[in-house]
Amino acid sequence: MSEPTENYLNAGYGLKSWLLTTDHKRIALLYLISITLLFFVGGALAGLIRVNLLTPQGLLVGAETYNRLFTMHGLIMIFFFLIPSIPAVLGNFLVPMMIGARDLAFPRLNLLSWYLFVGGSLLAIVSAVTGGVDTGWTFYTPYSTTYSNSHVLPMAAGIFITGFSSILTGLNFIVTIHTMRAPGLTWFRLPLFLWSLYATSIIFILGTPVIAITLALVGLERIFGVGIFNPGLGGDPVLFQHLFWFYSHPAVYVMILPAMGVVSEIIPCFARKRIFGYSFVAFSSVAIAVLGFLVWGHHLFVSGQSIYAGMVFSFLSFLVAIPSAIKVFNWTATLYKGSIAFDTPMLYAFGFIGLFTIGGLTGLFVASLAVDVHVHDTYFVVAHFHYIMVGGAVMGYLGGIHYWWPKISGRLYPEAWARLSAVVIFLGFNLTFFPQFLLGYLGMPRRYHAYPPEFQVLHVMSTAGSTILGFGYLMPLVYLLWSLKYGALAGSNPWGATGLEWRTPSPPPTEDFEHTPVVAEEAYAYSGEEAEQHV
Amino acid sequence: MSEAGSALATQFDDLEQQHDAATLGMWIFLVTEIMFFGGLFAGYAVYRSMYPQAFAAGSRLCEIALGAINTAVLISSSLTMALAVRAAQTGRRLAIVALLVATMLLGAAFLGIKFVEYGHKYAEHLIPGSGFTYTGPYAQQVQLFVCFYFAMTGLHALHMVIGIGLLAVMAVLAARGRFTPAHYSPLEVAGLYWHFVDLVWIFLFPLLYLVDLHK
Amino acid sequence: MTPHVLSLRKYFGVYAALIVLTVGTVAIASLDLGRLNVVFALTIAAAKAGLVGLFFMHLLYTSHRTKIMAVAGLVWLAILIALTLSDVLTRGWLPVSGQL
Repeated sequence: MSEPTENYLNAGYGLKSWLLTTDHKRIALLYLISITLLFFVGGALAGLIRVNLLTPQGLLVGAETYNRLFTMHGLIMIFFFLIPSIPAVLGNFLVPMMIGARDLAFPRLNLLSWYLFVGGSLLAIVSAVTGGVDTGWTFYTPYSTTYSNSHVLPMAAGIFITGFSSILTGLNFIVTIHTMRAPGLTWFRLPLFLWSLYATSIIFILGTPVIAITLALVGLERIFGVGIFNPGLGGDPVLFQHLFWFYSHPAVYVMILPAMGVVSEIIPCFARKRIFGYSFVAFSSVAIAVLGFLVWGHHLFVSGQSIYAGMVFSFLSFLVAIPSAIKVFNWTATLYKGSIAFDTPMLYAFGFIGLFTIGGLTGLFVASLAVDVHVHDTYFVVAHFHYIMVGGAVMGYLGGIHYWWPKISGRLYPEAWARLSAVVIFLGFNLTFFPQFLLGYLGMPRRYHAYPPEFQVLHVMSTAGSTILGFGYLMPLVYLLWSLKYGALAGSNPWGATGLEWRTPSPPPTEDFEHTPVVAEEAYAYSGEEAEQHV
Repeated sequence: MSEAGSALATQFDDLEQQHDAATLGMWIFLVTEIMFFGGLFAGYAVYRSMYPQAFAAGSRLCEIALGAINTAVLISSSLTMALAVRAAQTGRRLAIVALLVATMLLGAAFLGIKFVEYGHKYAEHLIPGSGFTYTGPYAQQVQLFVCFYFAMTGLHALHMVIGIGLLAVMAVLAARGRFTPAHYSPLEVAGLYWHFVDLVWIFLFPLLYLVDLHK
Repeated sequence: MTPHVLSLRKYFGVYAALIVLTVGTVAIASLDLGRLNVVFALTIAAAKAGLVGLFFMHLLYTSHRTKIMAVAGLVWLAILIALTLSDVLTRGWLPVSGQL
């Protein structure tokens, strides 16, 4: 078995061939490099936050600086890592391959989306190095529009520009999936990863423009001193929150849906079994995307929103848990009587199911009006969303990176190290964030640089966990890079998986498929014999 | 190499798939534009429900005659744009160019009238910010209305400028004979964008210029 | 690709209707109809938008898929405005102790 001589990685050398590429696979790698850099920047900020919280007085920094630390951590992790992560890296790489196409519908728009992402990130970095923003990632007014002396404008501009990056990605995915599927690939034969990316793209299209215009209004207010959101000048600060969360709540579904899609690919492969309830999983993705747009007011329960609207939003928030639960049931049913292999991607999928379930269930706690009055703005909320975004989305992302690494790079990573880091990440994660549920319930507010001494033990546990977690994240960086040179050659289908992407060489040629494949079977057609044939 | 061959991008199998993708892509982009302007419409709706009298007073500061003329100008430009696409469908090269130029001229006329309106507002010290002077009741909320006036018509005008640029490119391509009845999707897609900009104005006009005039 | 070529009569007919509706909306706005003013204004605007969308933008003649997308955009805008107004318009409805 040898590496294919002509593949997308060596088809053309030099910076220009990469920076002017329209190959979706190369663009995916450009995104991979960018977001990995930004992930570690966001992670370093998290490290500073956790170290500061080792002592009740705040070990490292005062309140002003601390405000900038958590704001920048949140902004970078959400807008410049999580939101693009799976769609821009794995989605860009796999969408054409999974439907048997040569590229996305609009390759040049794809390249443009990467440049917009880089441009937006650079503006965010400019904001960071000139002192950062201290408003919280939520930019609540009138602090962000009138009273904050921090660098709100470049950051808002950066997010605005990056928003268009994700709009273009979503547009590309929707058009590609609608118009470029291979013969025989009906909607209900699509890999579930594509259903989840389609649902994610719906959110990109319908939600992102609203935060764009909202940030533009914040900018207008800062520059011209008008009072669109400033009560002192006749404006309504709660209006800002409505407009902000109209996007930012669906944004969390942008962050979790692709990870759910990854899990839906991994579990059938490593349980050697068809997914249980394919159409339920497919429809639940769309349901989450749609229902996710109807619940944003649960972020405004204690902001002065009408109690009547609060009740409506609370009820709708309970509804959106249902399709997520359906997925968890279907994954579990797929595992039942499956032939389970504990390869690294499967470890991440297991971790996802457990941690997402905890995060999701605690979402119901905060969706309850009365409970939220008690836990709003406490560490309970912080723990809830980190369970979903880190325990869920990041685990899903890492699982996907490991699952498709052989296809992307043509190499296998060292399995023992990979399994070890998955376990280290899982343990580190839980030690970091479980204590935060307790902290929050006991009354520890979020965004505080210092705290009463009775909370110290839990904070120290959390910081210890974050150290382990950070170490766990560094491990894949090391061994994945190592594998590029020293890893065993992967071959076209090391996992014996179904799906059109596994029918190509690893790494694939630039045009993906020499001849457009024809699809004649349902998705996840795993059985004992087929598994043998694929290897 | 046939004309169809040069127009077909490599990721597509045939011109029909390419045309399908192009029009679907533009419609999806227009949906993002609906939500982009939509945020402003939502803010407008909230404040109009909170401050109806202030919004009526603010609306009276807008010049209905100019707004109405502009509405007619923009509708006319939509007609010429639609006829330009029709000319491509029926293979009349010169007509495409002439109609595109007419559309651009009407668009420029719209912007010219807008410029005049903005000039009047400036002369009357009605630009929001520190220079804003309004000596009637609800002054703060009237300034809020004027903020929305400028934000909404300003964003709309920006889209018109981009649209005129886009049509200029289309006119050059049309003059070079790039559009045939078999392949004219760039023109069609540009037309969709132009009509959308008209659509936004169709709502802006009554919402900004015609609020409770008699009160 | 077989494009649907509309007749000149159709295009000019739509144009005439749009101009008439514009005149109409200005005329109605000058009457005092109380709450109905905004209803008429938005209805006429919707009618004009419908004409532009269906005929000039060829929505009437495109695929189901495109029609659904266009409608979805409008529905989502309606969701944004309606649910936000559901807060703004009901802030005084249910008294809460301590609320002004």
